[in-house]
Amino acid sequence: MDILRIATAGSVDDGKSTLIGRLLYETQSITRDKLEALEAASKRKGLDFLDLSLLTDGLIAEREQGITIDVAHIYFSTPTRKYIIADTPGHFEYTRNMVTGASNAKVSLILVDARHGVVEQTFRHFFISSMLRIPKVIVCVNKMDLVGYSEERFQQIKQEFQDIAAKVQFSGQEIEFVPISSLYGVNITKKSDEISWYSGVSLLETLEKFDDQVKADSSHAARFPVQYVVRPKTEEYHDYRGYAGRVASGTFSVGDEIVVLPTGQRSRISAIEKFDQSLEQAHARESVIISLETDVDVSRGNMLVKAGQEPSQLREVSAQVCWLDYQALTPGKTLLLQHGINDTKAKVLALEELINVQTMEKSENPTQLKLNEIGGIRLKMAKPIFADAYQENPANGAFILIDEFSHATVGVGFMN
Amino acid sequence: MSSFGDKSLIPASALENPIFPRELEDEAIYIMREVAAQFERPAILFSGGKDSITLVRLAQKAFYPGKIPFPLVHVDTGHNFPETIAYRDWLVKEVGAELIVRYVQDSINQGKAQEETGKYASRNALQTVTLLDAIEEFKFDACIGGARRDEEKARAKERIFSVRDDFGQWDAKRQRPELFDMLNGRISVGENVRVFPISNWTELDVWNYIKEEGIPLPSIYFSHQRPVFERDGMLWADSEFINKDTDEIPYEATVRFRTVGDMTCTAAVLSEAVELDDIIGEILSAEISERGARMDDKRSEAAMEKRKQQGYF
Ligand SMILES: Nc1nc2c(ncn2[C@@H]2O[C@H](COP(=O)(O)OP(=O)(O)OP(=O)(O)O)[C@@H](O)[C@H]2O)c(=O)[nH]1
Ligand SMILES: [Mg+2]
Repeated sequence: MDILRIATAGSVDDGKSTLIGRLLYETQSITRDKLEALEAASKRKGLDFLDLSLLTDGLIAEREQGITIDVAHIYFSTPTRKYIIADTPGHFEYTRNMVTGASNAKVSLILVDARHGVVEQTFRHFFISSMLRIPKVIVCVNKMDLVGYSEERFQQIKQEFQDIAAKVQFSGQEIEFVPISSLYGVNITKKSDEISWYSGVSLLETLEKFDDQVKADSSHAARFPVQYVVRPKTEEYHDYRGYAGRVASGTFSVGDEIVVLPTGQRSRISAIEKFDQSLEQAHARESVIISLETDVDVSRGNMLVKAGQEPSQLREVSAQVCWLDYQALTPGKTLLLQHGINDTKAKVLALEELINVQTMEKSENPTQLKLNEIGGIRLKMAKPIFADAYQENPANGAFILIDEFSHATVGVGFMN
Repeated sequence: MSSFGDKSLIPASALENPIFPRELEDEAIYIMREVAAQFERPAILFSGGKDSITLVRLAQKAFYPGKIPFPLVHVDTGHNFPETIAYRDWLVKEVGAELIVRYVQDSINQGKAQEETGKYASRNALQTVTLLDAIEEFKFDACIGGARRDEEKARAKERIFSVRDDFGQWDAKRQRPELFDMLNGRISVGENVRVFPISNWTELDVWNYIKEEGIPLPSIYFSHQRPVFERDGMLWADSEFINKDTDEIPYEATVRFRTVGDMTCTAAVLSEAVELDDIIGEILSAEISERGARMDDKRSEAAMEKRKQQGYF
């Protein structure tokens, strides 16, 4: 069975959590005891309707304040596939949690409050979705009940969004628009009379139609980061040495000539195994063990790539970075850079530009990059990394930045 | 090949029409390998329930033909179902893993934990004390647990690598961003990480996996006869560990358990399900969620979050 990963986005109170609650409710994904708990919690808040946002806002602080603070992961299935939804916070302060939720998504559901239209946070989230290269964006114009289900208002918002989106939309990224009311369940899983003017299908049907392109990773250059060396040292497997890892991108086959990075040694794949099964091929995202024909030196952090598809060896990179820490990033700072499973010390050589995500204007050489800001930076690494440009091969083109002292994850970067 | 993962246990229906999303297994194995590589003293927290049994299977597959490079740690409340203990002892032999058991009773004897009183007395919350002591004793820097995000609303907020402080506490507001599949397990002295490889699995995914892998389970998951009594509209296994009221009179019933924790906090369901297919059918049509049968969650609306703040799984 297929899995489709989705993330919600959009400004605070635009109705993301309510929408997810509604989707669960209408697909009968909520059991009776959870529904009863929801009724009781809604009553305690003095509401005379079901507050569906309480289904995902699971933290005490979230329920008190009525906002989402951290990502919740929610699951439901249809006969077509399994859905994993990351319900993310809209509040600016928690943008880093939004990025966490969106990083694995193939579809971004961006909510807009029909009364307020496109606001700064709507666009910031669209910008982040595009930076992550999420192939499909569905703009859900929510709270249509509050604008009398007006087609004119819907068209206005669509136009507003398209106008500014054009500046960052990448080729191949699809944007669709769906009018909904999460509170009243209009056009969530089925079309309703209220919006008879709308010619498209409901939100769930739009999702069901989406043809997941995960397999596309298989068409990228073949990359296999070695996570762990398996050496049983038992009598039966005396000389066994297998390289365990998950194929990041591309496809590996038995017999392929490979290059070990960084050593540059060459060998051929003698076996691909998944537990007690021997495979002919391993595709992107599969966890396998690869054995080589010759005795070359391979350890954790090395990468096997197909001969003729070697990535460039980088000591210095320029990248787009979203900063995720309260303490701002300044030039000259030393950090740890984790690329896939590999890490190295890195030094910030320069902050090259700061992007104003509302106007798309770039200011050059900013003095710092503050929490949730996005900018271009230049880094120098203590040892080389073997990365692709994020645009060309996302699975091998992103990295995280880690504070050397607190060990916290403080930034995410995308290789130019 | 070992009988843990016995191919003869795989029903024909699963061979013909597998539905478990294998992507989830690839993800969990990737996480297991990261734990082995990033930490010095990792362990699997083993409760004897289906989720931790699934973890053992995943660890076995991740390192095969090598052995599982972590010990299994069981925090024994002393209120277990005997079938769970028998299964545990069989399993560690079968996969050749090291087993470490630490007892809640010892924590009570040492005066570190206090037995609850009254009819709802349970040792569930006390486990945390024993667990934190075991973490300190063995200097575990990573503990792999079988918690899933679909179980409970506070768990839905968990990261895959969940950093805990000296006291094992979870601070929801200070969670690290977790991007793509890059796992950052770096910690400072005294801190440790809880790791949840099956975060993205649902209850149904676990059952389908167990079915398609041919994993044997403790017998209490399947329909059987046992003395039960009713309390708060649920059925409880009669045992010396539960303080019964005089009007709570046990009788024989045909039941099974959907989730396995302590005898004091896990309710039974009436069931005739003797095969995995029957169990999966029951889950698909169930009106009550898995943790609806867990008294430990019902104590208050935020019971889980509060326990996690105290260092619970
Ligand atoms: N009238 C109307 N109200 C709605 C609709 N959808 C959501 N709301 C209300 O809008 C408020 C905010 O909804 P949430 O679902 O919490 O918003 P959110 O986008 O998840 O907010 P954050 O997660 O904090 O960013 C709640 O009071 C909802 O009941 C809708 O379609 N119509
Ligand atoms: Mg919300």
